[in-house]
Amino acid sequence: MSAPVVPSPRAGGEPPGGEPVLAIDDLTVTLGTRNGPARAVAGVDWSVAPGRTLALVGESGSGKSMTVLAATGLAPRSATVTGRVRLLGRELTTMSETDRRRWRGRHVGFVFQDPMTTLNPVLTVGRQVTEACEEHLGMSRRQARSRAVELLDLVGIPAPERRVDAHPHQFSGGMRQRVVIAMALACEPELLIADEPTTALDVTTQAQIVELVADLRRRLGTAVVWITHDLGVVAGIADTVAVMYGGRIVEQGPVDAVFAAPGHPYTRALLAARPRPGAAGEELAAIPGAPPSPLDLPAGCAFWPRCPVRGDARCAHELPPLVPIAPGHRVRTFYPTTADGGATADPTTADGGATADPTTADGGATAEDRHQLRPEDR
Amino acid sequence: MSTAAVAEIDDLTVWFPSPGGPPVRAVDGVSLTVRAGETLGLVGESGSGKSTTGLALLRLVDPTTGRIRVGGEDVTGWSRRRLRGLRRRVAMVFQDPQASLDPRRTVGASIAEPLVVHRLAGSADARRRRVAELLDLVGLRPETAGRHPHELSGGQRQRVGIARALAGEPDLIVLDEPIASLDLSVQAQILNLLRRLQRDLGLTYLFIAHDLAAVEHLSDRIAVMYLGRIVETGTPTQLWREPAHPYTAALLSAIPVADPRVERDRRRIILSGELPSPTDPPSGCRFRTRCPQARPDCAETDPPAVEVAPGHRAACLYAGEAVRAMRADPPAPVTGGPR
Amino acid sequence: MSAAGDRASADAGTPGGAADPSTAPHPPTRADLTSPRPVDDHPPTRAAEAGTLRRTLTALRHDPPAVAGTVVLLALLVVGLAGQWLAPAGINDVDVDQMLRPPSGAHPFGTDELGRDVLSRVLVAARVSLQVGLVSVGIALAVGVTVGLLAGWYGGWADNLLMRGMDVLFAFPVLLLAVAIVAVLGPGLVTAMVAIGVVYTPIFARVTRASVLAVREQVFVRAAVSIGTSDLRILRRHVLPNIAAPLIVQTSLSLAFAILSEAALSFLGLGVQPPAPAWGRMLYDGRGFITDAWWLGFFPGAAIFVTVLAFNLVGDALRDVLDPRQLTVSEARRSTR
Repeated sequence: MSAPVVPSPRAGGEPPGGEPVLAIDDLTVTLGTRNGPARAVAGVDWSVAPGRTLALVGESGSGKSMTVLAATGLAPRSATVTGRVRLLGRELTTMSETDRRRWRGRHVGFVFQDPMTTLNPVLTVGRQVTEACEEHLGMSRRQARSRAVELLDLVGIPAPERRVDAHPHQFSGGMRQRVVIAMALACEPELLIADEPTTALDVTTQAQIVELVADLRRRLGTAVVWITHDLGVVAGIADTVAVMYGGRIVEQGPVDAVFAAPGHPYTRALLAARPRPGAAGEELAAIPGAPPSPLDLPAGCAFWPRCPVRGDARCAHELPPLVPIAPGHRVRTFYPTTADGGATADPTTADGGATADPTTADGGATAEDRHQLRPEDR
Repeated sequence: MSTAAVAEIDDLTVWFPSPGGPPVRAVDGVSLTVRAGETLGLVGESGSGKSTTGLALLRLVDPTTGRIRVGGEDVTGWSRRRLRGLRRRVAMVFQDPQASLDPRRTVGASIAEPLVVHRLAGSADARRRRVAELLDLVGLRPETAGRHPHELSGGQRQRVGIARALAGEPDLIVLDEPIASLDLSVQAQILNLLRRLQRDLGLTYLFIAHDLAAVEHLSDRIAVMYLGRIVETGTPTQLWREPAHPYTAALLSAIPVADPRVERDRRRIILSGELPSPTDPPSGCRFRTRCPQARPDCAETDPPAVEVAPGHRAACLYAGEAVRAMRADPPAPVTGGPR
Repeated sequence: MSAAGDRASADAGTPGGAADPSTAPHPPTRADLTSPRPVDDHPPTRAAEAGTLRRTLTALRHDPPAVAGTVVLLALLVVGLAGQWLAPAGINDVDVDQMLRPPSGAHPFGTDELGRDVLSRVLVAARVSLQVGLVSVGIALAVGVTVGLLAGWYGGWADNLLMRGMDVLFAFPVLLLAVAIVAVLGPGLVTAMVAIGVVYTPIFARVTRASVLAVREQVFVRAAVSIGTSDLRILRRHVLPNIAAPLIVQTSLSLAFAILSEAALSFLGLGVQPPAPAWGRMLYDGRGFITDAWWLGFFPGAAIFVTVLAFNLVGDALRDVLDPRQLTVSEARRSTR
């Protein structure tokens, strides 16, 4: 007997929230590369509760994917991982490789960016969708097939009885990603990890996949970790957001708070740099320079060399702590801005007042500071 | 702004043969005019034929039928040799700056290539000076000339790609997804750079992208493509405020907005189904198989482009009306946000 | 929104003020100070840019196997040029009292069935063997790469015609082909070189064509076409350098096989004519004495082995060094030591 997909007996009774499905604490990943050690992730902690979506946002090299790979034991061999990772109450870092693989396979589903490389071109999608389940749940071929049809139906593939025997190349990009999602959900995992699942897709297809995952989460109560660089997608899908830069979390909080009142200059600058529909013709507030390489991270705040606030010497030498600016909203900067757009009083520079215009990315520093820092400012 | 046409595409079709089947109709009856000094945005999803249209302008793909005029000259039948001259007048910036630069050649050599090929700078010394000048134009240091592409960041590489496109002082630059593979924090830099160069040098752009927000930001006019056809043209404001073609409206509604409050209350038009095969496009209106407002006669009549406002045209039998109906009554399954 | 514009120019300004410029991770530079525009540039990570040749030599020097290979090749070159003067005895000094003697002080490599000094013959044979290897592979490389470039770049009927021709060559048994060539040119060293060259040509043509097909699809090649670059220039400047790696590997491998092929041809009397020595021929001749006089086969075999190994080591190193990305990696490796 195949397990019914909707409603899942496990997910059905459980209200969103509660004990975290995945909790990581002080996770640090150092990669041994030919060019020396690269600190890909440093001191990251977050957790995700059942039925909730955590969005990990960052640019290339920010460590957003590596965080999740390392947490689930999928980091490359050259990586040194420290910290604690609890998946459904069990510590993953101290488990044996075999136990970890089994525990992960049973409770975590993965969706990656490119569905074509995730799927095996020579197997039918039906075989692939249930491959993992057959192992973990001990299903027969027959059960597996009917379960595959059920799963394809769940992810919105039309005529699943027929499509179950098709090969991946017979599907479009969006449909392939649906197959991958079906594959990830096959064992009814408590956690779905989606690593840039819509980046390779067109915007109208992206909208379909975002809706699908949101809907599945609601119906199955799955916790979702969604890794992306697209702030628009984050706004649509996340409950909480963790913004990463240079391997660290620079801002973390409820999605509304982070978008309405970003506390970190990087988050503010990212939001300001997006071309907004309906506001054509304006000069964009670009961030100068490029994201740092994990091989060559600045000593203090990783964003300092590009920062519009540009604080003081402390920013260049000292790592800012992750400080709370509102309940559940933390920011790693010496110059956080609060909901009203003003800078909070900094203990060392007592004159940190509010700026006039919260939309300028300079919002963190006082006008006086700015004048002092950049004599050539015109 | 001058209204002289830099490039004109007239009823262009580009069909690619597919083994053992009907040809792939990548571009199927497209007419476009790029005017001097403007940015024409060409938007569409994968398979819309937007990139093929751009390649056809440089004759990097051969038109099956139709005519291409550049600077008033019909280049449709030009020989290989004459085309090399065309390619000084029309330059191209590619999507992936890493892939579009020869990994074994220095940045300086890549930028100087148009100068060498078209004998534009006499001596090696003059060439070096011109390369330094071009690097400065795109905001890079002159020393960058000695570097290899892999030593640069993605944004710097794309600046090099732009400098190379500028080297021959082209009349038109085709920008094929120039920011799509860049980091978010770098995209704005490149958009600003393109805008500044256009202002300072009086450039003309054909800006091809899937990202409607970016296209809208840079363009004076926008053409939206679907399945080898242009379905709507107009100014960014016209398209944004009052899209007249249902596909444009769906495309706009699919763009995620970086504001959770907006996203939550948004009524999204989610297109059902898949892009039809370009080997066998639907009869009549090509969008009808996915159009929430499709009516019986849409399958019979190939809709001509009608003017819905000055300079605003849409190829829909119910232009304007269909979108108003869609917005008033979005399809059922998408109501309610993810929460 | 004027703030954005202000910031853009301000960012190009000096990060002086509160932040001490001497400790800033990105110190101000000329461009930062003078350019009115935002500069997306980092300070150079490398102090100086040396010429390609200098950099190649520098990189090679820090690669011990490559150094060893180069030293061996140089030694071989000396032996090849001066073998007959280095040899302690004449190559055809027959001494019936000294037949099949094992290596000793007088004959470090022993003597053969006619009492000739093996060391002397190995030294003198270096010239012939190297010549056969280099010339025949040179022929194969020149013809094969040209054919492969044309076939791969132009495709269509040119591709069909050229590659089918190569297939025909490839289908012929090596010796049959050689016999045919000998019939035209007469036996001898030149014939052997031409025959081996012809035999290896299709391999180079295929490797080249396959690599061209891959490189042709690269965006940077399309970019070169979009600029209006001529075909010849694209092939020379963009395609050839980017297919060098597989060609170098193929060349170093083929050199080894060409030296061995010479043995087979010589055995049939189609190559180097006795009593002139050649390594392949000597190795072949030594096989009959493998249980009684191992040194007959061992030393020419060892000479071939060392030569092939040296070619491969140098080939590998060249392949790495000619790739600018690899260069940086090896430099970085050095700097972290």
